[in-house]
Amino acid sequence: MNAKQELVSKLQQDILLWQGFKLQGKEAAEAIGLGELENVFPNGVFPKKAIHEFITVLPEHAAASDGFIGGLLSVLMKDGAACVWISTARKLFPVSLCLFNVEPERIIFMDVTREKDVLWIMEEALKCEGLAAVVAELNELSLIESRRLQLAVEGSGVTGFILRKDARKAVSTVATARWKISPVPSVTEDEMPGVGFPRWKVELTKVRNGNPGSWIMEWGGDRFVEVLPALKTAAWYDHEERQIG
Amino acid sequence: MQKRYVSIWFRHLLADWQLIRRPELCDIPFVFAAPDHGRNMITATSPLAASQGIEIGMRAADAKALCPGLEVLDDKAGRTTILLKGLGEWCVRYSPVVMADDFSVDGLFLDVSGCTHLWGGEREYLKEIVSRLKSKGYTVRVAMADTAGAAWAIARFGKVTPLIAPGTHTEALLALPPEALRLPENTLAKLSKLGFYRIRSFIGMPRSVLRRRFGEDFLARLGQALGTVDELITPLQVPVLFQERLPCLEPIKTRIGIEVAISRLLEHLCLRLQNEGKGLRTGVLTCYRIDGKVVQVSIGTSGATCSVSHLFKLFELKIDQIRPALGIELFVLEAPKVDDILPGQEALWAGKPGLDDQSVIQLLDRVTGKMGPDVIHRYVPAARYWPERSANRAVSITEKPIAQWHIDRPRPTELLSKPVPIEVMALIPDHPPKFFIYMGIRHVVVKADGPERIEREWWLDVGEHRDYYQVEDELGQRYWLFRSGHYGGEQRYQWFIHGFFA
Repeated sequence: MNAKQELVSKLQQDILLWQGFKLQGKEAAEAIGLGELENVFPNGVFPKKAIHEFITVLPEHAAASDGFIGGLLSVLMKDGAACVWISTARKLFPVSLCLFNVEPERIIFMDVTREKDVLWIMEEALKCEGLAAVVAELNELSLIESRRLQLAVEGSGVTGFILRKDARKAVSTVATARWKISPVPSVTEDEMPGVGFPRWKVELTKVRNGNPGSWIMEWGGDRFVEVLPALKTAAWYDHEERQIG
Repeated sequence: MQKRYVSIWFRHLLADWQLIRRPELCDIPFVFAAPDHGRNMITATSPLAASQGIEIGMRAADAKALCPGLEVLDDKAGRTTILLKGLGEWCVRYSPVVMADDFSVDGLFLDVSGCTHLWGGEREYLKEIVSRLKSKGYTVRVAMADTAGAAWAIARFGKVTPLIAPGTHTEALLALPPEALRLPENTLAKLSKLGFYRIRSFIGMPRSVLRRRFGEDFLARLGQALGTVDELITPLQVPVLFQERLPCLEPIKTRIGIEVAISRLLEHLCLRLQNEGKGLRTGVLTCYRIDGKVVQVSIGTSGATCSVSHLFKLFELKIDQIRPALGIELFVLEAPKVDDILPGQEALWAGKPGLDDQSVIQLLDRVTGKMGPDVIHRYVPAARYWPERSANRAVSITEKPIAQWHIDRPRPTELLSKPVPIEVMALIPDHPPKFFIYMGIRHVVVKADGPERIEREWWLDVGEHRDYYQVEDELGQRYWLFRSGHYGGEQRYQWFIHGFFA
């Protein structure tokens, strides 16, 4: 019985390897700072060698996603590496990244006019090993294009983030995770007046080889704080958008 | 190395040029004239007109009286210079260093050191120049000597031989008049007044005496002729130091062929650069097509590099711009701008070094090469509070911030490039809005921070100050609103939305 279980877990590891999930070494497997949320990913490690999709329909969602990515970048760029931010209509206010412990001068913005150019730059940037992460604002992404990006990521290990505006065109892509970040009311200490720390509803609608879920997170000034354990089995996505693998 | 110079004197440059274009003028005396102080003065004459006693500097009307059939043509300022430049570029076939004579704009200097043996000796070399120019229609006098000044003198005033053997130019100069030294008019008049008709009569005089009488310029010209003072040579075509050529046996028409040519040229060029410790900053690939057209593409790098693979990738992006048509027979790769390359220290472990990482710089080069330099932006903090001007564009990838980012105040993650007017209900005087309508949707404000007043930079633009509020609606969406101006001021106040918080 025991041997059988070992065999099954071994086979699972093999499948993960074939799908591009390399088992990271001890140094590389450090936490990204998302706490409990990281357990839903395969092996319980936030996949850095991967493409993460963020669905942002409203500008408010885009702002929340920018903040969430900023929080992730603060960990990814800790060793001094640079980040590339590609966009056709950029609204990101560089100064605000300071609030998420990211130095805005280490972000290289590339502003182009066509979506095709965004894809070209993104693929080139994902192949560049000196970068920590690449963020691209895109509307459309086909399966073939996303597969090219995934291959580039697997070669270099640069994390890719894609901010997609149109949810209705959410065709299947090979992105490892699909996120939806929406703002929720903030809470101030002791009911003090004013606006509190940024607080979001973090929905993972798709994780390859993992378990999707929904959480309430807050940026506590220097790190992510999980507010309350949200229901892990929210019913609606189970029969709507659940895509695994 | 023994220096040798050739001076070419075009005796009737403009007239020869006109005769080549209009051969029917060969039997008619003609002159070029340009208006000067209301008179038409002769600036150039044809050989036929000169033989009838017409000189440069005469009035055109006088010349017509002297020679009834004279044809007067209009001269254009600067035409001689353009002609000389064209002839000089043609003369690059004889020597890489060709200079136009800017004292008496009618000749060329060639630095022929080490060139003459290619034509079988100095005499054959001079003969070749004279006969080639003559077959084109230009009558010239040439001379070769150890200094440019001596060659100039012999070409114009020499009577014995145009070929002055090495080391004998001083003797050759002795018998010439002082005009051979390229002196200004007033010095020449002074010399003739004092009875110096030959160079030999004053060449032995003490320098201090000559300086007192004729000035420093006179000594400089004398020294240039004798070789004691260096003459400044400014070549018409500056030779490119790092250049590689690839002639092809068969014309190249395919993309793969061009790629092979580029990589072979780059290998040779980068090896040379590497040996000299240099790196390429700009590269120009010139393709000579068999139909006589020339196609050029150029690349630039943000840091000196001699990596073949990186430079090849940059050229690869430009191959689409090369139209081979019937085929390319010659590729020339030049590096007009090179910089010293600093050998980076080999790291024992691979880290992620940041912005000046080689792979990041190569990525920026590729993006710049494909889409132009305006694509890439990087921001450094500016010491200003006005939100739109709070960041400056960095000029280079290595620029370090000199100010601090303002992080003591809340700033939105998304900033609208232009604030959008909104409708608002707010209590006066200083309260945040109760609700606001943006894009047709009514947002009820639940929580708010503010106001934060930001004054306009009055030395740059006029207008009202802004009072910023951070507000949160009942859904938890956070906005950055501001009121422009005071309530009840002389100007109308207006509410705007300027950004979205995370």
